[in-house]
Amino acid sequence: MVTTEEVDTTRQYEIPEGVLLEFRLAGPLVRASAWAIDAAIRAVLYIVIGLSFSYFGGVGVAIILIALFLIEWFYPVLFEVKSGATPGKKAMGIWVIHDNGTPVTLSASVIRNLLRAVDFMPVMYGFGLLSMLFNREFKRLGDLAAGTLVVYRDNYEERSELPSRTAVRPEVELTESEQQAVLAFAERAPALSSERRVELAEILSEISGHKGERSVDGIYGYANWLMKGH
Amino acid sequence: MRQEQFEQAYRPLWDELGALLDEMELSRSKRNPDKARAATFPTLYRQVCSHYALARSRRFSPALLEQLHHLVLRGHRRLYRQRGAWLWRTLDFIGGGFPRALRRHRGYFLLALATFLLPALLLGLACYDDPDMIYSLMDEQQVAEMESMYDPAGSHPGRSEARSSETDFMMFGFYIFNNIGIGFRTFAGGMLLGVGSLFMLLFNGLVLGGVAGHLTRLGYHDTFWSFVSGHGAFELTAIVICGAAGLMLGHALLAPGQQKRIPALKAAAAEALKLVLGAALMLLAAAFVEAFWSSSTLDAAIKYGVAVLLWALVVFYLVFVGRSRHGSL
Repeated sequence: MVTTEEVDTTRQYEIPEGVLLEFRLAGPLVRASAWAIDAAIRAVLYIVIGLSFSYFGGVGVAIILIALFLIEWFYPVLFEVKSGATPGKKAMGIWVIHDNGTPVTLSASVIRNLLRAVDFMPVMYGFGLLSMLFNREFKRLGDLAAGTLVVYRDNYEERSELPSRTAVRPEVELTESEQQAVLAFAERAPALSSERRVELAEILSEISGHKGERSVDGIYGYANWLMKGH
Repeated sequence: MRQEQFEQAYRPLWDELGALLDEMELSRSKRNPDKARAATFPTLYRQVCSHYALARSRRFSPALLEQLHHLVLRGHRRLYRQRGAWLWRTLDFIGGGFPRALRRHRGYFLLALATFLLPALLLGLACYDDPDMIYSLMDEQQVAEMESMYDPAGSHPGRSEARSSETDFMMFGFYIFNNIGIGFRTFAGGMLLGVGSLFMLLFNGLVLGGVAGHLTRLGYHDTFWSFVSGHGAFELTAIVICGAAGLMLGHALLAPGQQKRIPALKAAAAEALKLVLGAALMLLAAAFVEAFWSSSTLDAAIKYGVAVLLWALVVFYLVFVGRSRHGSL
């Protein structure tokens, strides 16, 4: 059996409290989209600054050039240190963290963004993409040196609740992974379409003896028994 | 214990931690810290960590695991975040951290210096000797432009436009944009096994040496040397320091020693960053001097005098500032 660890692009980190945290890594495509959004924002900034200071002679030109310099090198740093993500990353639901899961600090952010200059080479993030494809954590060169990861923001909203049914003890002894599968199905099923729900539940028809919606209810019953007993 | 009982017993703690984190994740201005309550955070967080570990080992349902995982994740981010007294750290960095870091890694600095200076000297002598030598480096138009810039008959050394306070400001902006950018790229090039940094050092050394040799041969030495000698103290030193920082990355990648390659790179990058940031500050100073002082048409003797002072200042700063009383580093 293929486990989720082998298929999913997740990374685990053991925290000092002895438990494992799991991060879902952001791949090249979503990161490129985030970059494109940021590039568009930066282009607008360049135009606005360029137009508004072009009437102020030499001092205006100086301000434009300094602004170009700051935006080119420090636009991502500012946002990453402030909230972990540039506007583009925020829009794509990803952010930058240290390898140990803590919020990215100024020095790590500066390292990863200065080294962007090599990631960008020879054209359009060629080296960065190569680097991302050659390591397990989708790190571009800047991430390797800074010790940072780009991961999906864990947007936890509401916990999905198990539909309440009378607890039914399964007719056969379930192994641990089977128990997990039953619980996972019962908690996820309300979010599935009824056809899909029935299709999945009927896999157990031979054991439960039920068909159609009743087979779904049967599994809810098992799940209630696993969780609550009686 | 069944999952239901477990949840009933501990849910109040989870809700409390969640509420506490909601409060702490607000921005500092909106936060209304209750110190006594905040002090319970580490204990509470570690309790929830152990609940999460229990829930995992007891194979509780995925939804519960996800709920606890999310709480632990938020708590971990909060508890182990590094906050910086950044203003204090910046002052401490300028007042000793930077020169100390440079002295710790002086081997890289000397190597970078040699890569920059030796080709500069060689090509400089060659260009001083042979009027055609400069064309092996630049095309005719570039040479003509460079010659007219430092022509003693011209009134604006180092510039292609007439000098005024307007252009002073403009060039200040340009030097920041261009020179600090070059410094950063020189550092980043170290990521290509050090080759990028070496190339930038070599290339800049060749151009500087070639131009200097050629202009001296033409007898433009007063306009040229009085222009570059002042800000060069900051600018040239800083470029060499950026190169040294890049070489640190390259060294870690090529010969990580007792460590694995990536951890060696991470450690080297953290140290190299100190050199780069210090060099960036020096380039900022260089931009200021270059824009507002180097281009002045004062008597060359005064400008040379100031240049000597600036070089002495840079050398003194890098060699002596930040040493402890016991004389280490």
